[in-house]
Amino acid sequence: MLDARDETAPLVQVKNLKMYFPIYSGLLRRHSGDVKAVDDVSFHIMPGETLGLVGESGCGKSTVGRAVLRLYEPTAGSVRIDGEDIPALTPEALRRKRPTMQMVFQDPQASLNPRMTVADIIGEPLDEHTTLSRDEKLARIYELMDQVGLNRAFANRYPYAFSGGQRQRIGIARALALNPKFIVCDEPIAALDVSIQAQVVNLLEELQDRLGLTYLFISHDLSMVRHIADRVAVMYLGQIAEISPRDALYAQPLHPYAEALLSAVPEPDPSGAQQQRIILKGDVPSPANPPKGCNFCTRCPKVMDICREVEPKLQEAAPGRQVACHLINPL
Amino acid sequence: MPDGAKPVLEVRGLKTVFRTRSGAVHAVNDVSFSLREGELLGVVGESGSGKSVTMMSLIGLLPSPPADVCGGQVLLRGVDILKATPDELRRVRGARIGFVFQDPMTSLNPVFTVGNQIMEPLRKHKGMSKAAATERAVELLELVGIPDARRRLKSYPHQFSGGMRQRVMIAIALACDPEVLIADEPTTALDVTIQAQILELVKELRQKLGMAIIWITHDLGVIAGIADRILVMYGGQVVEQGPVREVFRAPQHPYTRALLRTIPKLHGAREARLEAIEGQPPILTAAPAACPFAPRCAHAFDRCRAENPARHSIDSRALGEGHDVACFWQAPAPQEAAHA
Repeated sequence: MLDARDETAPLVQVKNLKMYFPIYSGLLRRHSGDVKAVDDVSFHIMPGETLGLVGESGCGKSTVGRAVLRLYEPTAGSVRIDGEDIPALTPEALRRKRPTMQMVFQDPQASLNPRMTVADIIGEPLDEHTTLSRDEKLARIYELMDQVGLNRAFANRYPYAFSGGQRQRIGIARALALNPKFIVCDEPIAALDVSIQAQVVNLLEELQDRLGLTYLFISHDLSMVRHIADRVAVMYLGQIAEISPRDALYAQPLHPYAEALLSAVPEPDPSGAQQQRIILKGDVPSPANPPKGCNFCTRCPKVMDICREVEPKLQEAAPGRQVACHLINPL
Repeated sequence: MPDGAKPVLEVRGLKTVFRTRSGAVHAVNDVSFSLREGELLGVVGESGSGKSVTMMSLIGLLPSPPADVCGGQVLLRGVDILKATPDELRRVRGARIGFVFQDPMTSLNPVFTVGNQIMEPLRKHKGMSKAAATERAVELLELVGIPDARRRLKSYPHQFSGGMRQRVMIAIALACDPEVLIADEPTTALDVTIQAQILELVKELRQKLGMAIIWITHDLGVIAGIADRILVMYGGQVVEQGPVREVFRAPQHPYTRALLRTIPKLHGAREARLEAIEGQPPILTAAPAACPFAPRCAHAFDRCRAENPARHSIDSRALGEGHDVACFWQAPAPQEAAHA
């Protein structure tokens, strides 16, 4: 499925991405500051790879996903997908680019139009971007429904008639309609019950194998990310703390935040074998007013004086591993 | 572990039906369990399994109609509180049974200060003076780890973060030294690092205060970390019950077994493919005539589709005392782990 030309080039290359949301205040609604939701984030994703993006609520992980697809206009930075710089595209060029990059949303309840039938929902991107005849379109819709495991007989039903897991399948079929190369999955299983989550994750993996898809998988569920991702980026307060290959990260996280985050996940094992928990004190600071120096310095159990003064840069700490921390010696 | 301690709360054959215009929903079907002194009972199940409705039925928090708690007994130290008058029930709720809800954003009143809301049960139930209630409120906020407690009494809920609000909710629930604390998904709306803080707090409070706790969750990881016993619910009934270590080591019900296998692991060998439970949870429009899990069960046979299995003990202990399961299928003995 991969292109013949260069398999070692990343499909997605994000450099110094910034997404600020302005705050206006006072009588004259003057620009008084910014919520720095994403502040200087860089990463790449290889063709056919799954990059997991994890972090707590408000860390900016969903904003990264949306800014990458230019659902928001990024404040600064470049996003190259398959060689084209997305933020620089003209509206018409962006429209032509859209079929190759798609999104699966968190809430299958809110992201499907309740007044459209399943066939209309899955067929809408085809209306917009292709010139298929009615019969061809219907054939494609049935093909997509088969691919995601929806019964063809339900094509004329409305979203309310489906359960959460089935609705998520509709959302996935819609994202697949135009044969995309790259899909941003924004918390696709967070709204589902445990027994249904595995069904949807298995489907995403099967589709990746079959269609050669590349995923940015955004989630707060660290166990599920370990299952699905090849590499994992850990975000905190708008910045990337660590990017590592999956096995290396889960075996030995290098950034103190990644370490604390992993240790906080309760494991279904009552034998008491779980390693000592690191309990972080306090709450995440506001992204409108991040602390000086390292953005984790207010909660870090290993904080040093330099952390409160100098912002650490994301640097290569081991082959394939990048960490933003003063404790880590760069290669 | 308080084995053999007296039950504080005993629920026998509880049934709750929602009677709506579009038909009845049998949300709770013949649920029985007991909660012993000083014990933490974890209740797990998916959305719609009846775990929250069971607990709301216990203390009359469901609006009726449509809810109809139509059968069973709820014995609080031997006295049936389902038969209590609304007035008697009011003296139980908040005083002898404390409640912590899932969403700390919506369960605090935004127009009253936090201090006001902690003092309310103290003034109502304990008849404390304003000064005494204030002192006790400061004590409670300190107990749940809120710094600068005296000043924070004057804050409004919106001035607290999610984790802090949940601490306030716990302080309110603890205000009158309840004998039983019911916590309904108290950490589900929180981030994992904040959840870890709250779990740590609950462990501390248990050691200090020694009350009995019912903890409702869908997260088996949370249960494994804090519970003494576990109650697994599916389709409005209890499918398995037992000491937490025994249930995790040798799960008996096919649903419990599948649930434990379906969660990906954080450590150890990574599974190539997740084992999914195919199908959907049941819609409870009628009282179950057969096993509610049978349509999704890999081990189901004819009897499962014709008869609803009763709970039976799998060890020598009496029903409800040890490990029991509601299933006709016989689970094989667990294979000891590879290191054995």
